[in-house]
Amino acid sequence: MRKTLVTAVIAVLFFTALLGVAYPLAITGVSQVAFHGRANGSQLKVDGSVVGSRLLAQGFVIDTGRKDADGNPITRPNPRYFQPRPSQTDYNAASTAFSNRGPNDASARDFYRDALGAYLRLERPYTPGLTARRVPVDAVTTSASGVDPQISEANARIQANRVARVRRLPLARVQRLAAEHTDGRALGVLGEPGVNVTELNLALSRLR
Amino acid sequence: MAQGLLQIAIFCAVLVAVRPLLGGYMAKVFTGQRVLISPVVAPLERLTYRVLRVDPARGQSWKLYAGSLLALSAAFWLALYLILRTQTLHPWNPEGFHSGTWDVTFNTASSFVTNTNWQYYVGETTMSYFSQMAGLAVQNFISAGVGIVVAVALIRAIAHRRGAQLGAPEGTIGNFWVDLTRALLYLLLPIAIVGALVLVSQGVIQTLGSYVNVKGIAGGSGQLALGPVASQEVIKELGTNGGGFFNVNSAMPFENPNGISNFLELFLILVIPVSLTATYGRMVGSRRQGDAIFAAMAIVFVAGVIVCYVAEQHGTPAQHAAGLHTAAFDGSTGGNLEGKEQRFGIANSSLWTVVTTVTSCGAVNAALESLTGFGGLVPFANLSMSETIFGGVGTGLYSMLLFVLLAVFIGGLMVGRTPEYLGKKIEAREIKLVALGTLFTPLVVLVTSALAVATKYGAPSIVASGPQGFSETLYAYASQANNNGSAFAGYTGYVQPKPGNLGAFGITFADLLGGLAMLIARFAPILIVLAIAGSLLSKRAAPAGLGTLRTDTPTFVGLLVSVVVIVGALTFFPALLLGPVVQGLTDRLF
Repeated sequence: MRKTLVTAVIAVLFFTALLGVAYPLAITGVSQVAFHGRANGSQLKVDGSVVGSRLLAQGFVIDTGRKDADGNPITRPNPRYFQPRPSQTDYNAASTAFSNRGPNDASARDFYRDALGAYLRLERPYTPGLTARRVPVDAVTTSASGVDPQISEANARIQANRVARVRRLPLARVQRLAAEHTDGRALGVLGEPGVNVTELNLALSRLR
Repeated sequence: MAQGLLQIAIFCAVLVAVRPLLGGYMAKVFTGQRVLISPVVAPLERLTYRVLRVDPARGQSWKLYAGSLLALSAAFWLALYLILRTQTLHPWNPEGFHSGTWDVTFNTASSFVTNTNWQYYVGETTMSYFSQMAGLAVQNFISAGVGIVVAVALIRAIAHRRGAQLGAPEGTIGNFWVDLTRALLYLLLPIAIVGALVLVSQGVIQTLGSYVNVKGIAGGSGQLALGPVASQEVIKELGTNGGGFFNVNSAMPFENPNGISNFLELFLILVIPVSLTATYGRMVGSRRQGDAIFAAMAIVFVAGVIVCYVAEQHGTPAQHAAGLHTAAFDGSTGGNLEGKEQRFGIANSSLWTVVTTVTSCGAVNAALESLTGFGGLVPFANLSMSETIFGGVGTGLYSMLLFVLLAVFIGGLMVGRTPEYLGKKIEAREIKLVALGTLFTPLVVLVTSALAVATKYGAPSIVASGPQGFSETLYAYASQANNNGSAFAGYTGYVQPKPGNLGAFGITFADLLGGLAMLIARFAPILIVLAIAGSLLSKRAAPAGLGTLRTDTPTFVGLLVSVVVIVGALTFFPALLLGPVVQGLTDRLF
């Protein structure tokens, strides 16, 4: 009995040192050398300062100057940029959470109704005849992580009309840029294709 | 949907192809044979025995085996509790996080020691890198190893006196310390090292640096939470643990950035539970026995994937009521994309949901709470079957073997013979233990859920109203008692008004009830299984006769599936009706 307990205590120390310190430090060391950019979060930099990660969404909004009941600033989408999927956490990458909207929640219905209305208000002036039937679901549902960097290709096609008009760029040029920042299925078969909004908007901001 | 079904088919095909390879490898490891990596690992193995002062040539009785297992788990529980409560003293705590409260920490320590990884905390706002690495991730290795060695001990007991080489001294079920060491050094650690580096190459982060402040592309500011994620992510999947580094688990791009990482993580979750059925066949000297168990598991698994995928592609009543069109069209996946990531779409989110709930992994790449009614019924059904369909590493196989013995017993009654399994008679003592073992976890689930919904103490944890609130509660205790760890995340045991863990407090009732459910539903079945192993070990194996119920035929596979489904359904049907079934059948909103 006593011998078993002693062995157990030694095992805790030994395996913690091996699996909890040596192993992760070794992986960290190799990763930092072999995959420096990716191991540190695929950071995007402009003039040396970090503007985000290519793997994470961020907000592209304009501050309206007004505040809501809780004192948080009210923002509206910046029409010069592609808009990422709705986020439960306001694109917070340091405190993530699910929306936990259930399938039969009345509050979920209200949320989708608002999101659909907002999307149509933003896009319909530039995509005449846009109806709910043609709004892709990714545009009006919150992502799991709250920082999903991608939108669907159908969503990007609609938004390209707006971005081109507002920026006074040829539509074909914006569409080409969107296509350049579209990740296909991995190995041609795994996952779903999507347009990386963060990278696409960075490329847009560099146009002039 | 065709493209999604193709991805699912590829995934299944890869697992079927790898099963005999890893299964054979594990059989060699646990029968003490030399393998390819022996020249590298054997010195470390010998060093381990010297440090632990263990004589690898000595076997243990089932009681000594169980005693060693409990002693190690208790010591690790205490170590983890202390680590989590002393965060301000840690190295690698760049954000200066304070410790969790005692009740949350009780839940978390119990959760990780039992391979559950239920999380009443937010990783990136409360855990130091040291806690994640040296506390939580270590348990991901150890608890996985413990599950595997219990399965191995039971296999040896069944196979004993059948003439096969078992890697244990004659007349014993093995040596706990040897089995655990070999599981860690020959199986989990090597795969983790390779897997972690592949994940980093895809974009999973691995750093000890502090969080990075960001000035956004179009203005605004934010922060990138970082950490040693890949080294933890890989063992979280491989050991079917499931506790995310980040709160949103494998939905977070830093944990799971693309289709390749997603495929690899799914593969790692299932590869050991799937392959252990092949290991079983080899160790008992009849591969068909392992194939039969695999077939029974695969049938239920595939059925679950299809149900979930079809349901999720359909969208939810709330979405339809708001005027959303959830049909797929060119450039859009359609379906219920709430709480799902664009890069995974409907197919990979559904597949992941089923893979992590048939196994006791509990990692998520999509929000379970936002699943459709019938889509959400699939994880419920998987938990109702007590994690026997592949199940956790080791735990799934030993839980399924209990159901095999039950099926043999029922089959024996039907043909009117003394039931026997692989030549060993199943008698009163064994069948009593089997009944206890198969009903123990469901009993814990129902009692704890009832306590949580029938008393006022459970109410503060529930976020949603109506049947969704009931589903949250039932799922919380089903998940914890089955050591799964996935959550309908509306149910909480923890309130954190601000990041940084200052001013956070636990909901004591939920923390303690859940923690106790995890501990008791982990270790009581382990003791029962080891007791059965001790009982079977000494039995003589009689050769099969004409009247023997064969356990490697499609008929037996059908019988086994029926027993698993019927026991699960009879136990949980009334409770499931009140939650997910109501939601699946109605378009009403609550």
